[in-house]
Amino acid sequence: MAINTKNQIAELSGDAITLEERTPFQIVMRRFRRHKLAMAALVVISVILIITILAPYIAPFDVQEIRVGDYFVPFGAVDEETGRIHYLGTDNIGRDYFSRLIFAGRISLAVAFLSVIISETIGIVVGSTSGFYGKWLDAVLMRFVEFMLTIPSLPLLLIISSMLLANEALIPIPPVVLNVVGKIMLLGPRDTRSAVLIVLVLSGLGWMGSAQLMRGMILSLREQTFVEASRSLGASNIWIILRHMIPNAMAPIIVSASLGLAGYVVAEAALAFLGFGIQDPVPTWGNMLSGTQTYMFDRPWLPLVPGLPIFICSLSFNYIGDGLRDALDPRLKL
Amino acid sequence: MSKPVTRKESPKRDLVIVKNLVKYFPVRAGLLQRVTAWVQAVDDISFTIREGETFGLVGESGCGKTTIGRTMLRLIEPTSGSVTFDGQEVFALRGREMKEMRRNMQVIFQDPYASLDPRMPIGESVMEGLNVHGIGTPRERYENMLEILKKVGLEDYHARRYPHEFSGGQRQRIGIARALALFPKFIVCDEPVSALDVSIQSQVLNILKDLQSEFGLTYMFIAHNLSVVEHISDRVGVMYVGKMVELTGREELYENPLHPYSKALMSAIPIADPTVKRERTLLKGDVPSPLNPPKGCRFHPRCPVAIDKCSLEEPLFKEVKADHWVACWLQ
Repeated sequence: MAINTKNQIAELSGDAITLEERTPFQIVMRRFRRHKLAMAALVVISVILIITILAPYIAPFDVQEIRVGDYFVPFGAVDEETGRIHYLGTDNIGRDYFSRLIFAGRISLAVAFLSVIISETIGIVVGSTSGFYGKWLDAVLMRFVEFMLTIPSLPLLLIISSMLLANEALIPIPPVVLNVVGKIMLLGPRDTRSAVLIVLVLSGLGWMGSAQLMRGMILSLREQTFVEASRSLGASNIWIILRHMIPNAMAPIIVSASLGLAGYVVAEAALAFLGFGIQDPVPTWGNMLSGTQTYMFDRPWLPLVPGLPIFICSLSFNYIGDGLRDALDPRLKL
Repeated sequence: MSKPVTRKESPKRDLVIVKNLVKYFPVRAGLLQRVTAWVQAVDDISFTIREGETFGLVGESGCGKTTIGRTMLRLIEPTSGSVTFDGQEVFALRGREMKEMRRNMQVIFQDPYASLDPRMPIGESVMEGLNVHGIGTPRERYENMLEILKKVGLEDYHARRYPHEFSGGQRQRIGIARALALFPKFIVCDEPVSALDVSIQSQVLNILKDLQSEFGLTYMFIAHNLSVVEHISDRVGVMYVGKMVELTGREELYENPLHPYSKALMSAIPIADPTVKRERTLLKGDVPSPLNPPKGCRFHPRCPVAIDKCSLEEPLFKEVKADHWVACWLQ
């Protein structure tokens, strides 16, 4: 049976199936682009993100500048002193509503993104440890996750955040963190501190879903032959988790992260609305809403203006999540 | 980097010695997950594999051949027994020592698609062993990987592609390349061709043979296809429900099988000649469950020539002729 193997191999080398798309990333991108609603949502979110990132350059007025007498100025009114325009008028104490709105977006979105990053990280670590090592560790971790899930989160959120905000020394936050977050949100150290606490509270109560998701993925990946192959090459557990399991489990995690963003935008708003979040005079969409709710009937635009971006962002993140879910699911032919 | 070793002149040395290998899987049930029964997947098996040879292992589905392979490589921990590789006791190694040992023994899996990480370019998969062991500089590893890909008939540009872009035969050759990358001495081939098209099977088998002579490899070749085993093996072990029933040279087994089970197997190989008539030994009944194997000789309920003793006492696995081992009371 010893045919000329050299020739045979030369023949074989040419028969690779050639596909246009190369990397899984390119395939996912192509599939995602076909999801119209998700693409539209991505555009909307990108526009909002760009506006909030450029907030210091776009905002015509200082966020905290109070114009005595200029209360409830209507949309598009021109400021007589400087000639600048109040695009969205002013609020009940004479602050430019448009400037506040875009700075608020910067803070609200930063809180949401940071919360998602932290909670997904906790979820990935806890979930993969639990799924990979199994046995009693799995049992203990998963019972803890279930215990956390049974606690009604809003009351707990309120209690914890009010406790933390009242006692500054309760959780020491490294100055580096305060510095970086302060730069992102453009806040002073004191306000940054409360923003960081809000992020910690939100992500501390929001990681359980992704932990369960990750555990499930790891449990199914653990039985895959390529994991066994890696082990037979001498790879350690950490190597296998980092190089094989997490990349393969990323798809549902990305989806849950984008859906999580929607949840955190709303949760931050809810917290602020109830008066336990980041406090006035620092603007967030939530506290702008709560600060103006009393004018709901005579000047309805005041609560509606900050309510709209909350609604749009949460809707858009949900659509993006849906689009990603479809794009990342290899069984779905699009 | 270690150079390709030319085949040693005396292939008589025992490279792998398996002694009294046992693997029972617990069956758990109930709320407390108590062990209610044991699946006797591999029960007290001993054999040796000589340097440079191909040791075939045949048997029906579920008879424990794959379990033997995985246990020898410590992909599953054994219940008891010992495996000696090149004078070193494999089951006694821990941590770093075991990692070093893995450089010597590799595996090629049955399902070439499942054994490659779908999110890793195949070049990366082939290089993984070199990366894990930190052999050479990243540049050298890359060069090595390309060289090994060439050995299995793949080109440089294939390295960047993902498993879904390849055909079954190509994927299996990638699997071979990955096993080869660490220049092991011993490779367990776990049914490497049974998931492939017949036309691709011979191609992969020939590559395996060529690599064996080039690198002086020792194979343990697990299969249920008797013709494939005959084509590639030097010696063959026959398994039945967790036991080895016969072990001898390929020609001896195919021409002169001694165990009634081996006889039945050999008579089932199709001959590509319609004029040849031969006596076929048909076995009655089903393969017993390894959960509750029959007492005495495990083959006795289906054996056409069983005697009373067979159901009472287990036959010993003994050498009845030179280099021909059988576990049967009638021999």
